[in-house]
Amino acid sequence: MARRYVRDPARERRAEERARGLLRSAAGEEAFETYERFGFLSFEDREHGYGYLIYPQRPIIGYDARSGELLSEYCVRFRDGSDPEAGERLPDADDVLAKWLALRMDERGTLGTANVHPLGRQLDPAMVRRDLAYLRHWQRNRMVGADE
Amino acid sequence: MKLLRMTPGKGDVLLAEGDPKVAEDEERLIREFRRQLDLGMWAAVPHEGPGGRREATMVRDFSEIPEAAQQVIFFPRAAGG
Repeated sequence: MARRYVRDPARERRAEERARGLLRSAAGEEAFETYERFGFLSFEDREHGYGYLIYPQRPIIGYDARSGELLSEYCVRFRDGSDPEAGERLPDADDVLAKWLALRMDERGTLGTANVHPLGRQLDPAMVRRDLAYLRHWQRNRMVGADE
Repeated sequence: MKLLRMTPGKGDVLLAEGDPKVAEDEERLIREFRRQLDLGMWAAVPHEGPGGRREATMVRDFSEIPEAAQQVIFFPRAAGG
């Protein structure tokens, strides 16, 4: 009989814990703190003026890094079907790390692979605006704290 | 150096570990590296960039891995969602 995915919350919690450890070691302390605090990651391409909010199992949201204006939803996924019993989805922390790595390594290629949709298709723009405002406020305070 | 792979249901799993300066370890690491690429995985090396900013580089051949790299992370290729 073919093996199939059966949800196992305990296994998923353990996987998420492990994935958070990898996120911390690969993307660094600030990214880890961002994920722990807000449940998403951010990435800004300061050279070209774009920023991205990276939600687990949800689209990447592009925004204008100068004005904060939200631009588009980029739907990209990283599915692994090698173990049918475990399902195809990476743990949330691995999913955001995979998106962060892909943007870091090849921003244009990653966005070129994504299905691009107008804002609001999967994520509520008002929620994303609030998330971005909270994130920027926290980042400013963090920088001030580091300078003192 | 550690070769790690993100996996559903488990998080990252250790595929291979060794010192690339030791011939036997290097051979094992290269074999596993190629196997993962053949399976369609991407390979990323996280590292520190200018000003301490965290960055990552995609590697397509074992020889591209920087000498100081502590870990190589394999994960599925991106696809449109």
